[in-house]
Amino acid sequence: MNQAVGTLVLVPVALYLAGVARTRSPWPPGRTAAWLAGLGCLAAALTGPLAAAHGDLRAHMAAHLLVGMVAPVLLVLARPTTLLLRALPVRAARQVSRVLRTAPVRVLTDPFVATGLNAAGLWFLYGTGLLTAMVHAPGLHLLVSVHVLLTGWLATAAVLALEPIGHRRGVVARAVALAAGAAAHDVLAKALYAAPPAGVTEAQAGAQLMYHGGTVVHVLVAALLWRQWYRSRATVRDADRAALTAAA
Amino acid sequence: MTAAAPPRSDRRLLVSGLLFGVGAAGAIDEIVFHLLLRWHHFYDRAGGAAALVSDGILHAATWSATVAGLALLADVHRRRAFAPSTWWGAVLVGAGAFQVWDGVVHHKLLRLHQVRYGVDLLGYDLAWNAAGVLLLLAGAVLLRRARRRTAP
Repeated sequence: MNQAVGTLVLVPVALYLAGVARTRSPWPPGRTAAWLAGLGCLAAALTGPLAAAHGDLRAHMAAHLLVGMVAPVLLVLARPTTLLLRALPVRAARQVSRVLRTAPVRVLTDPFVATGLNAAGLWFLYGTGLLTAMVHAPGLHLLVSVHVLLTGWLATAAVLALEPIGHRRGVVARAVALAAGAAAHDVLAKALYAAPPAGVTEAQAGAQLMYHGGTVVHVLVAALLWRQWYRSRATVRDADRAALTAAA
Repeated sequence: MTAAAPPRSDRRLLVSGLLFGVGAAGAIDEIVFHLLLRWHHFYDRAGGAAALVSDGILHAATWSATVAGLALLADVHRRRAFAPSTWWGAVLVGAGAFQVWDGVVHHKLLRLHQVRYGVDLLGYDLAWNAAGVLLLLAGAVLLRRARRRTAP
């Protein structure tokens, strides 16, 4: 099992570092650090005490927060698509860029679609017997974790829109999509508190961890989103113009 | 162009205050009454699915409003369009609106949770909603005064 987790973590690390080595322009070290930290979160959640605590909802939710929320934010900040486009030879990069502009990618990376997919996956996991089933099946547990990581990543990437993928919506639409996803997460946490799935222990503490931990990460993503808006060229230009008028 | 810019800054100032007021009231409710005093319960089983959904939406909306309100406030400062009484008036209106909505819709209509448990609720409910109405009124007074001051 740990071998599979090791591959899952080390292959992306190696690919990213190879990409950084190949880029001609310097690559900000903070992005590399974010990539390593994101995959570190994944490794911490899938091995060690969190993975060993079968059926304890607190451990499950701590792992869920790491895999589905913290790791995605870090992986988004690492901008792997931008790195890929810079590291590839020009012709290959152009082909990748063409794929990123196709209709299916545009639909998937729409913040409302991506957030909806993420929420639907979580509701399916906790609303059906899947959670109970995966406690005793390590392979299934790994598969579900990867799915949670990928949908969380997609949703965060769509909301923050840091990379040249698909179509970028305005800040208000992305903030609303983020809030809608956060609301679905909150409702799910309280629903789990009210009616815990069969076979789990410490359900109420686990549900509260999911609720409050989720809030912390959502607020962080909202802060990143609004900082991006505050610093955007159009907003700065508007503010400069308004300040000039106010001073006159 | 020069005539169009200032009203936009004014509206942004008002929106910033309202969003921050709603968000701050929500945060105070969460931190003081849920986590510190433990008067409110996380979920008391009296409300149904509608109560859970409404609570989740309100919780997410208030935190989002706090962050958005602060970002807009930073931008208003950058535009040199900050006016204390307008902003604080809007904050109080936003906070009062949240308080009344929480007190009437969440506590009483949806029965998500109560102000406090094991006590006679009437006084607590009255104080809760009266506080909300007072906040709303204080905000409205501040906003009217701000408007009179800027009016030619």
